[in-house]
Amino acid sequence: MECVFGLVGNGFAIVAADTSAVHSILVHKSNEDKIMILDSHKLIAASGESGDRVQFTEYIQKNVALYQFRNGIPLTTAAAANFTRGELATALRKNPYFVNILLAGYDKETGPSLYYIDYIATLHKVDKGAFGYGSYFSLSMMDRHYHSGMTVEEAIDLVDKCIMEIRSRLVVAPPNFVIKIVDKDGAREYAWRESVKDVAVASA
Amino acid sequence: MSIFEYNGSALVAMVGKNCFAIASDRRLGVQLQTIATDFQRISKIHDRLFLGLSGLATDAQTLYQRLLFRHKLYQLREERDMKPETFANLVSALLYEKRFGPYFCQPVIAGLGDEDKPFICTMDSIGAKELAKDFVVAGTASESLYGACESMFKEDMEPEELFETVSQALLSSVDRDCLSGWGGHVYVVTPTEVKERILKGRMD
Repeated sequence: MECVFGLVGNGFAIVAADTSAVHSILVHKSNEDKIMILDSHKLIAASGESGDRVQFTEYIQKNVALYQFRNGIPLTTAAAANFTRGELATALRKNPYFVNILLAGYDKETGPSLYYIDYIATLHKVDKGAFGYGSYFSLSMMDRHYHSGMTVEEAIDLVDKCIMEIRSRLVVAPPNFVIKIVDKDGAREYAWRESVKDVAVASA
Repeated sequence: MSIFEYNGSALVAMVGKNCFAIASDRRLGVQLQTIATDFQRISKIHDRLFLGLSGLATDAQTLYQRLLFRHKLYQLREERDMKPETFANLVSALLYEKRFGPYFCQPVIAGLGDEDKPFICTMDSIGAKELAKDFVVAGTASESLYGACESMFKEDMEPEELFETVSQALLSSVDRDCLSGWGGHVYVVTPTEVKERILKGRMD
């Protein structure tokens, strides 16, 4: 029931993910951040088995940082995507990671890009992508309303349309979403879309 | 559903007069869902040798990377390009290495050998080569492709007529297969040039 989707706009890429951590019928928490900031100009939105998701994305994040320490320059988005695919492909026939990834990044020379990497290590560069049951709704909404070179306002409007569609049409729709953006100024959190807030824990 | 039908694919290669054509569809799907309509299934190994990989996309990507690596090493050692017959043997050997845990791919190899004689072949997922004098097919639409090619093929076609024949055979076959389609990608290779064309067919 995890929903992750993203799209590329004019000089930026946006990804949105639901924020519920679910085990069977129980919702552990509804503010789990599934979009990791890989480095200054890359975001990795992951969905799938929760242990694999955290372990694998942290592993990628640390290796990307290592490359930058060793070589003095950061990896391009394409290189990071291919590295991620390589790790998934190597593990596939031994100990597969059940993690689907949307990798969004901004490079000075080539601009924004979005890479679709599914759990069996299929890599493809896309303008719009989605995973999970929510993809049936968000991909259709994006097919209808997306055009290349959208502004941030238009893209956020489209993201909100997709979230509305998921909320109203998916039977076990996640209540909350986080939206993150990456552009020439870097990768950062853009907004949350909450319809259910976690109750604050009373202090002892 | 079979693992070979997970992503959906259609590939055909045909021999003409001192030329060959290799064509593929453009759909990348995950079972019933379409992810992308611009997926490249055919890759250039060198100017006179093309490789198409049908079947599971992740294995096609892994296999392509391994084969490109082996060909680059061959070029460094031998200081020349590989002949198509040799390359076909290499692909067959690489596939049989994984006899009891195979790559779920069916390759189609097309190239110009000595004296510009066109060479085409296909093989199954464990490397059983199938040489043909006229055409070879692979993918989820292969049965339709066999029929279409058998009826449309003529000996010694010139490049322009070959392009028309291959295009019509491909488009009519993928129209009968829900897992492949969304246009076509055709390469027509003569001793002097490589012409790459994109076909627009039924976009469904």
